[in-house]
Amino acid sequence: MSPVSITENPFAGDNSGIQKRETIARWALRVGSYIVVFITVAIMLHIFIKGAPVTFQSKWPFVNTQFLTELPATLHVIEDKQGNHYETDVNGADAIKKKLGDNFRAEKTISYSGGGILGPIVGTALLVIVSVGVALFLGVACAIYLSEYAKHGKFLEMVRLAILNLAGVPSVVFGLFGLGAFVLTAPVFVDVPADRSVFAIPLGFTTLSFEGWDTCVLSGGFTLAFVILPVIITASEQCLQAVPQGFRETSMALGATRWQTIRYSVLPFATPGILTSSILGIARAAGETAPIMFTAALAFKDKLPWQKDLPPLPADASIFAHWEQSVSRFLGIFTESVQALPYHIYTLAAKIPQNEYAERAQYGSVFVFLVLVASLAASSVLLRKRLRAKYRW
Amino acid sequence: MAAETPAPASAEPLIQVEKFNYAYGDHQVLFDVDLNIRREDVTALIGPSGCGKSTLIRSINRINDLVESARVVSGKIKIDGVDIYTPEVDVISLRRNVGMVFQKYNPFPRSIFENAVYGLRVAGIKDRHDLEEAAERSLKAAALWDEVKDRLHQMATGLSGGQQQRLCIARAIALQPRILLMDEPCAALDPIATARIEELIHQLRGQYTFVIVTHNMEQAKRIADRTAFFYKGKLIEEDDTMTIFNHPSNPLTESYITGRLT
Repeated sequence: MSPVSITENPFAGDNSGIQKRETIARWALRVGSYIVVFITVAIMLHIFIKGAPVTFQSKWPFVNTQFLTELPATLHVIEDKQGNHYETDVNGADAIKKKLGDNFRAEKTISYSGGGILGPIVGTALLVIVSVGVALFLGVACAIYLSEYAKHGKFLEMVRLAILNLAGVPSVVFGLFGLGAFVLTAPVFVDVPADRSVFAIPLGFTTLSFEGWDTCVLSGGFTLAFVILPVIITASEQCLQAVPQGFRETSMALGATRWQTIRYSVLPFATPGILTSSILGIARAAGETAPIMFTAALAFKDKLPWQKDLPPLPADASIFAHWEQSVSRFLGIFTESVQALPYHIYTLAAKIPQNEYAERAQYGSVFVFLVLVASLAASSVLLRKRLRAKYRW
Repeated sequence: MAAETPAPASAEPLIQVEKFNYAYGDHQVLFDVDLNIRREDVTALIGPSGCGKSTLIRSINRINDLVESARVVSGKIKIDGVDIYTPEVDVISLRRNVGMVFQKYNPFPRSIFENAVYGLRVAGIKDRHDLEEAAERSLKAAALWDEVKDRLHQMATGLSGGQQQRLCIARAIALQPRILLMDEPCAALDPIATARIEELIHQLRGQYTFVIVTHNMEQAKRIADRTAFFYKGKLIEEDDTMTIFNHPSNPLTESYITGRLT
């Protein structure tokens, strides 16, 4: 053994700068991640701090029920000579003015900022239901076909490219497409076609007229469905591909048809993932503004979709005796135009003069909107967890 | 399954592979394979990886149809004299008669019971009593009943590997097929589980016609009546197992079984 000097450390770091670069790289990446987290937290906190006081209150029932259960209305703010402000709706304004008498100084009206946001909540919920329903049906069907039936080749490549392009289309283009396709030309069954009908096919007992669905939940929901379709197709396809090929072979080897195989041994195991993708879809569909501007949403509407001036059903009526009418009234909900949260927020932020009252309504709406989307997402995550636990391989 | 024409039929091979050529796209993997598989025999297919033995076994129940670009170039596979690649043959009823067990045990992530009756369910059998009877019968036949009878409705994925593979065998024989194809059934199992599967094959011998792909020479010796050796897509030699292992007529066979050819 040759004597080795103790001071010589064979594992000493070199000074070539490799370690310095390593440190710099690690910190750059770390800082980038921190910035992302910081921005997210900042947005959430900002909205929470400004929005939560609108939605919650210190007195029982701790939730501002008016804000959640009333339709938007014009806010009247009356100021007396002492500088006190009284907030009220159009009916309360006169009474307060009378009571104040000479003490009355000024009245301000702020559009849309009074009442609550039940109309937009209901509208967004309906739009999301229709769009996710349509998009899941079309998207999963398409994904199953692409993943389980279609043969590799030119056609499949083309379809994939089309889906990819669909994902890149700006949402306002979808809005215009929805206007042209669903609002103005989608087919309906009518007795007499309208003048604007693009063309009509007489069927004897009725006429299939391409005159559009008008601005309504259905038009908006279908338009939104196309916005989220690429997300759902791509994600569903990945989930189907993730199901082991062995399940398919085993199932077919046991004499199952292809559809039976998909039905019993592929789809159930892909469902958790497909649901996850629909979470993204729901959030996206609820948040889009441009596609519903021309197809479904109104800046203001003083009725909920089911509040119509229809004669009440006959007094003897059970729901079953008049099921046809009941069904058509139920479906009537979807042929109404609605308010929607994102569009309502846009209106509050961009279409009316800004002041503290408008800002309050804005933050309240945004906060409720976030909470709704988050709770939808959370419930889907829970559902997925339960399904995951059930189907594991 | 019923004993149709007894005496002369048993003399005739159950599965006849005639001048069978098979390809994936332009890549041919089987060349002029001629092989007769006798009724109720256990036939082992051996050979190095990529020799085409798996392709052949997967062609007997046409599960390889699922592989895109896979195609029969020429030749026939006949079962009971019927060419199974003619349009008149319904692959669904073919597969009900030709069961298959795969290399990787893969029960569905469902209950043990649902796995056992899967084939019957997709065949449209709904009667609870029939299904329960079939499950018990096939699980008993697969020597699994005693281990699972108290937890039939628990997840099959909770069983051990060997149990899962026996469940896959039970699942295949629930349909009472005539032929059982096994593609390296023990490749993913430990020696004890392997021994149990081999024992099971011994028990079932005579009830089914077994075709087994195996990489394990000792296993072929232990379980097979006949052994066929494949090399580079060609059938080199097929004979009684003892003859193949003790007095192979082809030098290739000999170098493979002695481990000099891989």
